[in-house]
Amino acid sequence: MRTSSTGSRIFTYLFLVVLLLLVVFPVYYGSSAASWGPRTATRSRRPSSRSAGCTRRTSATSCRSSRWAAVRQLRAPTAAITIGQVVTSALAAYAFVFLPLRKRGLWFGLFLSTMMIPFEAIIIPNYLTVSTWGLKNTVAGLALPFLASGFGTFLLRQSFLGFPTELRDAARVDGAGHLRFLWSILLPLSRPTLAALGIYSALSAWNMYFWPLLVTEAPSDQTIQIGIGQLQTSDGQDPGLVLAGVVLALIPTLLLVVFGQRFIVRGLTAGAVK
Amino acid sequence: MDRPGLPRPALVVFALFVFYPLVRSIVLSFQGTDIIGRPAGFVGGDNYAQMFSDPDFGQTILVTVAFVVATVVPSIAIALAIALALQGRIRGIRFFRTAFALPFAFSVATASVVFQVLYNPASGVLNGLLSYIGVGPVQWLTNPTWPCGRCARRRCGCSWATTCSSSAPGSARSTRRSSRRPRSTAPRVAAQPVDHPAAHHAAAVLPRRHRDGPGPAELRQIKILTVGGPERRTTTLVYSIYDQAFNNNNSNFGYASAQAVVLLLVVLAVTAVQFGILERKVFYR
Repeated sequence: MRTSSTGSRIFTYLFLVVLLLLVVFPVYYGSSAASWGPRTATRSRRPSSRSAGCTRRTSATSCRSSRWAAVRQLRAPTAAITIGQVVTSALAAYAFVFLPLRKRGLWFGLFLSTMMIPFEAIIIPNYLTVSTWGLKNTVAGLALPFLASGFGTFLLRQSFLGFPTELRDAARVDGAGHLRFLWSILLPLSRPTLAALGIYSALSAWNMYFWPLLVTEAPSDQTIQIGIGQLQTSDGQDPGLVLAGVVLALIPTLLLVVFGQRFIVRGLTAGAVK
Repeated sequence: MDRPGLPRPALVVFALFVFYPLVRSIVLSFQGTDIIGRPAGFVGGDNYAQMFSDPDFGQTILVTVAFVVATVVPSIAIALAIALALQGRIRGIRFFRTAFALPFAFSVATASVVFQVLYNPASGVLNGLLSYIGVGPVQWLTNPTWPCGRCARRRCGCSWATTCSSSAPGSARSTRRSSRRPRSTAPRVAAQPVDHPAAHHAAAVLPRRHRDGPGPAELRQIKILTVGGPERRTTTLVYSIYDQAFNNNNSNFGYASAQAVVLLLVVLAVTAVQFGILERKVFYR
């Protein structure tokens, strides 16, 4: 493996390039096809679909079916979920590492157990809860069930475990209490892991489908992911239009991945090795 | 101020939206449901009896198993292969890493839509390519003999877009991490990282992603791609739950809850096996 004779090296490159083509093709295809013109049939069927000012393909989508509204619709819950998960996970992880809790193992086990319960298995009662509270079609309804994360707690705990005890002691000697230490020393130094968790949460929140499908009813409240599904059923004749919607949904996450990739890699392994 | 209740916010959320619903799911599964979705009294095991005597449910389970096997196995294999290939000293490794991370960005909704266009029998790229080698147009999404194979294939294709690739960075991560160690361990990558702390991360990330795989991912792609058809051959457990509880205002919450309980038990069993195996390798090897 390491000796890398020319043969094996060429093979590796070949393998990677072939896989790369398979990975990137749908991405490329999706984004380029978004700029295709509509078929003539589609155009005649929907002559008034473009209002003034909608010149480019993507903007045609947004003008017609208010996809931008759908994107905006997703911004608040995504932010709420991301911030919520990072905050609650950081607090809990801190307690599990630095506080002398009684039955610490039990509590941590309880947190971990939430990772093993599939959300679909509890979605019906959650739906009933949120609708009884009158939170359907609200940001709160979308975000509430996801404000804490067993995975996030686990990730941050692993990272905190690797934190040098000398720094902890130094902070204590200087009179820093728990919250002070957490806020001014631990969190700034754990930035890569926090970023990793944030990106991960944001990606999952943005890409949610089942839950928003249930708790949003009015089209104006629906998220882009669901909008795409509907575009796709109602505009099956016009792949360009549908894919334009896809691009709209994809841009934020693509940016996150491209610019956050190093955090994802570094952050998820940070704290793995002490 | 010595011991602030720091885990409390998370605990409240879990209590309200994980543990309470868990209990309520089980309770609901023993209850009937009236036509507008209100619980209509205790019915004992009726929902379960109905479920297990329903041939559709058997089919649903089979489809789910086939779906999971056809997606998880290739995606792990491919992820490992990518991870191994990325382990060598390679020019442009940054580029490759970023490129392979791209599908992270796809939601299953977006990926499904892209693949639906690819699969389009008349104008899709796949049939276009097939016609070059002289194979007639294939009705990818509607041919009743193929949908499961299609699911798998789409999923393999899409594993590039979702499952596989999300695990690819995972295993690539632990592999890359371990690349600082003597290279002689490299080919044993499957066994090697398990004694490595990074394996705990992989172990935490991978099963989770794969549970996400047969879970919500599945619902999205099935809802978008095939709507459970043809002839229920792509109806999996999660889709069935959705179908019973929410589709067309069915509101059959009791019966759907019984299926949800089955889903829960299956996932717990799989997780237990996963942990059993991992545990042995990680700690006692």
